[in-house]
Amino acid sequence: MNIGDWIGQPANWAFIILGLVVLGAAFRVVTSQNVIHAALALVATLAGTAGLFLLLSAEFVAWVLVLVYIGAVIVLFLFGIMITRAPTGRDVALDHPRKAWAVLVAIGLFVVLSWGSLQAFGTTELSNQGEPTSTETVGISLLGRFVIPFEAVSFVLLAALIGGITIARKDLTPAEEEEREAV
Amino acid sequence: MSELLVDYAGLLLVLPFVAFLVIVLIGKWMRYQGAEVAIGAMAINWLYATALLIYSFVGIAPRDVQFEIGRIGLIGGEPLVFELGWTVDGLSSMMFAVVTTISLLVFIYAVGYMKGDVRVPFFFAALSLFAGSMLVLVAAPNLVQLIIGWEGVGLASYLLIGHYWEKHENSSAAMKAFYVNKVADVGLILGAVILGVTTGTFRINEILHLAEEGAAALGAVAVAAGLLIFFGAMGKSAQFPLHVWLPDAMAGPTPVSALMHAATMVTAGVYLIARMFPFYEEMAAGARTWVLWIGAATLLVTGLLALVQNDIKRVLAYSTVSQLGYMVAALGAGGYAAGLFHLWTHAFFKALLFLGAGSVIHAVHSNNMSDMGGLRKPMATTYRTFVIGALALAGIPPLAGFFSKDEILATFNHAGATAVLWLGVVAAFVTAFYTFRMVFLTFHGTYRGHGHPHESPRVMTMPLVALAVGAVTAGWVNIPGVYTGFHQLVEVRGVFRPEEAPTSFDLVALIPGVIAGLLGIFLAYRIFNPDRASQQERDRFEIPALYPLLRRKYYLDDIYWFGIVEPIKGPIARAVNWTNNYVIDGVVNSVAGLSLFLSRIVYQGLDQRGIDGVVHGLSAAVDSAGGSLRRLQSGRVQQYAAGFVTGTLLLVIALVVFR
Amino acid sequence: MIVNQFLVLAALLFALGVYGLLVRRNAVMVLLAVELMLNAVNINLVAFEAVLRSSEAIGQVFAIFVITVAAAEVGIGLAIVLMIFRNRASANVDELNLMKW
Repeated sequence: MNIGDWIGQPANWAFIILGLVVLGAAFRVVTSQNVIHAALALVATLAGTAGLFLLLSAEFVAWVLVLVYIGAVIVLFLFGIMITRAPTGRDVALDHPRKAWAVLVAIGLFVVLSWGSLQAFGTTELSNQGEPTSTETVGISLLGRFVIPFEAVSFVLLAALIGGITIARKDLTPAEEEEREAV
Repeated sequence: MSELLVDYAGLLLVLPFVAFLVIVLIGKWMRYQGAEVAIGAMAINWLYATALLIYSFVGIAPRDVQFEIGRIGLIGGEPLVFELGWTVDGLSSMMFAVVTTISLLVFIYAVGYMKGDVRVPFFFAALSLFAGSMLVLVAAPNLVQLIIGWEGVGLASYLLIGHYWEKHENSSAAMKAFYVNKVADVGLILGAVILGVTTGTFRINEILHLAEEGAAALGAVAVAAGLLIFFGAMGKSAQFPLHVWLPDAMAGPTPVSALMHAATMVTAGVYLIARMFPFYEEMAAGARTWVLWIGAATLLVTGLLALVQNDIKRVLAYSTVSQLGYMVAALGAGGYAAGLFHLWTHAFFKALLFLGAGSVIHAVHSNNMSDMGGLRKPMATTYRTFVIGALALAGIPPLAGFFSKDEILATFNHAGATAVLWLGVVAAFVTAFYTFRMVFLTFHGTYRGHGHPHESPRVMTMPLVALAVGAVTAGWVNIPGVYTGFHQLVEVRGVFRPEEAPTSFDLVALIPGVIAGLLGIFLAYRIFNPDRASQQERDRFEIPALYPLLRRKYYLDDIYWFGIVEPIKGPIARAVNWTNNYVIDGVVNSVAGLSLFLSRIVYQGLDQRGIDGVVHGLSAAVDSAGGSLRRLQSGRVQQYAAGFVTGTLLLVIALVVFR
Repeated sequence: MIVNQFLVLAALLFALGVYGLLVRRNAVMVLLAVELMLNAVNINLVAFEAVLRSSEAIGQVFAIFVITVAAAEVGIGLAIVLMIFRNRASANVDELNLMKW
């Protein structure tokens, strides 16, 4: 397939737009000097990603992404940001002054990864575009072949829940404990 | 049984040294200060020696037991082997008996004599050391062990003569004995080395065997070796002119004089000649002549010296030298059994006389006969046993001394040495004369001293009685024509050509001998008996011209002193000292200086800068490396993450590139 | 559509996430970058599923698991950041160097 054919497919135009959104937002996430802006940029990234999933006929995953990630995780992030902001207003510089090494590493990483995938997959096409994956299939799979990882993951969530509460609980001094007991 | 006795005869040699060690280590705290140990060991030895003697009489096969202790390579030839062991034959059995018997009796006597002495454990330790060395000497199957024993008895003699070393003259006497013996030992060692190197062995029986066969190599050096060995014997057995140490050795305690300087140690020289007798017979006939004449000179010359002594022990000392001269001359004349027989009998009566003298000295606290007299009644046992000993010494039948002296005179006659025979007869007269002079001056008349002399305790008089029995009966083992067991015994040896014992008394020897003895006693009675002459008369008795010479001991001691000792003490000693300080010490010091210099180089250069530099440098390098490396541990997670990712990337690239 | 376009996009996203991880000083920003990386992984997984088209939608199920775990991880991570902020009044990761030599 050549570039001409590729441009000709409308799905690819959607891909280009979504891709630009994703990458642009991601760029903003890592370079913004304002934490709120960074968090919101992440929202945009995730939204773009959801669109990409739709393109890849993964509807269920896309909406799960929106629900869980954008709906809960980002909110969590925003709460965390608000609690940990220094009360004196203006944030300190968010980046390390010396970034050269990190840039190099990132570029190197990108090169290696893309080279690897290009070598491996060449011009393999996606199969059967447009036909969606039914949620039923995913559900049966989750509770059928992958029931054990499913249960395990729910334990992980439980552990995270309990762990989070335990970690973030305010330590009471003995005096305050007694006071609480009396009540 | 007899085989076992021989196999374990080494016990005889070892036991006294064990006793020595025990006394040295714990003698101080024992009830009798170590005497029990010495007597106990010697009693066991005496029993063993008696058993050996009996079995030798009955007929034991002479045998050597030797263990190799080392070897030394010779240029071109077999290596020389050094061995230790023991030989059991007629001669050594006889010597074992003599040594252990006299030693045991002297040890018992010494318990009483040395009571309250300042150094009792030392005394018994040195005595045990002596006994062990003497047994090692007489049991020696080879020349090396003989020399070891020889030196051992010399050492013990030195220690014991100098027992009262707080007085300077006593330690000087010990040194004199040691020096004279050492000069003589040079001859002995040279002779032994010559024999060993020429024949390739130190084993006595093998050397004698070669002598009997007439080996040419041995024959060439035989006379020289024989003379050298005899020179060594001259020192130990106090032959003229090397006799000068023995009278001075009387500075030691009387039991020492009795044991060592009468009965055993001084007889080592006689034993040596007897042991090497086949050698002297077959090959060293020239040396034998010297043996004979030196023995002859000794027996008369030193006998005369006894006439002028006032110290009772010195009389006995010169008497001992004279009798040793008899033994040596007898061997020189070819009378093997005769010389050994006189050794045997002399041990008994001379030890008896010395112990008796010791008893007297112990009672009057003085050695000098002018402090004695009239002791006949207060010290009856001592007197009676002393007289028995004196009669034996004078050669009066039927006591022991008669038989042995008679046999020696017979040997002189048999060998055709008429001049020596007459010397012997004259000396017999002189012997009887000075012996009974001593008896009369000591025991007859009135007591000239200041104390209250009384008889010695039983522990001292019992050995006297035992020895008196010996002095009477010891001669009856070799009566010509009646019983000659002794003669046959001492000829039972590995290599020996036995001679027939005489079958009857030789009247040419017997009659003059007995007459000379009786004459001597009679004259002594006439001149020295206090009942007959007054004190002044007795004191003034002297033979003009002879007596002054005798009093100065033939000026021998002066010759030795001014001729040998003074030059060595003066210039020679100073020259040696200078050489030692400047030449030898100089070499040693410069070697030390050189090594100091070299070591300084090694230390500063090599060690400090070189090796320490490497070590310090290594540690500095490690230190700085550590300092640099620790910056990796920044504690910052992002840095760790960066490293992690970078590493993974590199790994992947590497994997792909080097596929 | 070829699969590589998604893969390369995901790679780029991942690289950006790594960059953010290494460069950001605020702990929360670091977590945001981690989210980016997880997202990139999800895109990869779903893209592979689109090629594979298995009967059980394996890739998508895997992506769901990843999302779930990421959510749990964010919860714990923020709890920890909160505690640190409480202790030190600052969310600066540079100051979290107690494990320094």
